Amino acid sequence: MTTTVSPPPERAPGRPRRRRRTTDRGLNRAFRWVAVGAGVLILAVLAAVAVFLLQQAWPALTAGSDELAASVPRYPDDTSLLEYVGPLVFGTLLAAALALALATPVAMGIALFISHYAPRRLAQVLGYLVDLLAAVPSVIYGLWGIFVLGPAALPVWEWLGSWLGWFPLFAGPVSPTSRVLATVAVVLAVMILPIITAVAREVFLQTPKLHEEAALALGATRWEMVRTAVLPFGRSGVISAAMLGLGRALGETMAVLMILSPGFLYSFKILDSAQQQTIAAYIALDFPEASGLAVNTLIATGLVLFVITLAVNMGARAIVARRKEFSGAN
Amino acid sequence: MAVGALALTLAACGSDPAAPGAESTGGSQEGGSTLSGELSGGGASSQESAQEAWRAGFQTANPDVTVNYDPVGSGGGRTGFTDGSYAFAGSDAALDEDEMTAAEAQCGTGGVIEFPGYVSPIAVAFNLEGVDALNLKPEVIAGIFSGEITTWNDDAIAADNPDAELPDAPITVVHRSDDSGTTENFQAYLHEAAPDAWDHEPEGVWPIEGQESAQGTSGVVSAAQSGEGTITYADASQISDLGTVAVGVGDEFVPFSAEAAAEVVAQSPRAEGTADGVYSIELKRDVAGTYPVVLVSYLLACGTYADQAQADLVKGYMSYLVSEDGQQVAADAAGSAPLSADIRDAVLPSIEAITAG
Repeated sequence: MTTTVSPPPERAPGRPRRRRRTTDRGLNRAFRWVAVGAGVLILAVLAAVAVFLLQQAWPALTAGSDELAASVPRYPDDTSLLEYVGPLVFGTLLAAALALALATPVAMGIALFISHYAPRRLAQVLGYLVDLLAAVPSVIYGLWGIFVLGPAALPVWEWLGSWLGWFPLFAGPVSPTSRVLATVAVVLAVMILPIITAVAREVFLQTPKLHEEAALALGATRWEMVRTAVLPFGRSGVISAAMLGLGRALGETMAVLMILSPGFLYSFKILDSAQQQTIAAYIALDFPEASGLAVNTLIATGLVLFVITLAVNMGARAIVARRKEFSGAN
Repeated sequence: MAVGALALTLAACGSDPAAPGAESTGGSQEGGSTLSGELSGGGASSQESAQEAWRAGFQTANPDVTVNYDPVGSGGGRTGFTDGSYAFAGSDAALDEDEMTAAEAQCGTGGVIEFPGYVSPIAVAFNLEGVDALNLKPEVIAGIFSGEITTWNDDAIAADNPDAELPDAPITVVHRSDDSGTTENFQAYLHEAAPDAWDHEPEGVWPIEGQESAQGTSGVVSAAQSGEGTITYADASQISDLGTVAVGVGDEFVPFSAEAAAEVVAQSPRAEGTADGVYSIELKRDVAGTYPVVLVSYLLACGTYADQAQADLVKGYMSYLVSEDGQQVAADAAGSAPLSADIRDAVLPSIEAITAG
């Protein structure tokens, strides 16, 4: 690194000026401004959203708990705004984490099958199909969850509840309508499967051929080759794929809203109804009839979701950046 | 004058269903000119499909008119009406004293017009293998929904249903997860018919935690259908194949019907001490032969508007929707209970008197 830094200072002042004089005219200049504008626009939009959230949430952030309890329908007496948002944050994170835990192994399996096991033509078709899954609107997933997955999963949930009820997640009673967080988690997992698969597949495909062939030449089986060459190379890619999926799962509204029978508890019971609620679904549920301070309170919960999503993404970036040097990508 | 206009309106309704009374109402005042312009209102989402039907009927009769109804919810409708952004509004509850004061200040000299333009029966519906109908007293319904009665073969249920084969299965209550006028009106019924068993103050959000819930009418219905042993409450026109409860009124049990629901409104007295234009009712939940679980949704308008065109539009639209024709259109579209002639006669004079000024 240091060796490449020292020579440029001599050239640096001259090179950009010369480039600007000779080439940065007409279309080139226009294109540069368009590109810069696009880059600035995304920052401006982000800032505008943050400002809007803060501005609209401010009355709720500064109001006393008595005032909030009087004007927000579901606000319990004698709770601070943080205590009120707490269960929602918990529900949001629990649903997203469960979805991620279900989706990531399956997505990696699909990606490995497409990149290393399937015949080329089958791999292509499968790739298209997975991408197609990503194009299904979430309201369709919601309907599917209610009418197909819910009834189909009910015997499974009942089995889990009766045999594995000692495990906190599966503690009973099991809801007879199947409108529980477990069903939501499965639907969310299906929704985030395509994005994780697509990214993981691209990463696995980029494993250097030399690494793979070296592993095989040393007598590794196909599985050992995948384990020693492909997976270590793709680790950071898979993590960032999972984080992309997590981002979608955190913010998913419609499917959760349609399927979940909500509650406001710090509860790990994912087979019982009226236990958890996610922030996005909560806002969508209560916004239509909200007015005045209730709207501000809903937007304050939206601000919390915004912060969580930002934190998750930044955390993912940090993990990816730290692991980059071990991955072999450079 | 008002009686003459009423006769004209009704005559026009009777003669030709394709051209509802609205046009002739506008015409009776303006000497044959048709209405035009844009009319904006909003409020209770329970009225949405009825408002759609009214709008279609009114716009067919008056091609130059555009009517908008924004289903923002009752609270939003009342706020929009009192601050003047809606010319008319729908609300699942009558205005309270403070709101009435604000609305009167907004409306000016003509005062506020308020009447129960949309009445719809709420069914208590359940999903129980082999049982299509149950007789339940108000106290028992309240007991079930509050979680006091937990199994279907409870003595309180069995006592009134000697012929039904009630299983020893848990009862799963499904309520609306969103803020809704159906919830508020259902709770109002429980609170008035069984005050000892239901002491929660009626409001749009369900007061009990830890029960199953779903979003919207279609949500609770599909949740009830998907689980065995569920019970819920929903707009009676939407409950599809669920079993329904015949509600105890006095010593008898009345199954829901639009007629029986219309009857409870017709038999209930008008609230006293209100202004002339305000027709709010005090529901009587114990009149024999009537179905007492109803959603009563009000329509709000002003007696005077700043603008003559706006006044004519509101007058035309309101007289169309209370007309026999308008009420029938809503009944066909939304399964609502048509208003009685008595209430129509009581309300029409103040609608006919809407003016600019």
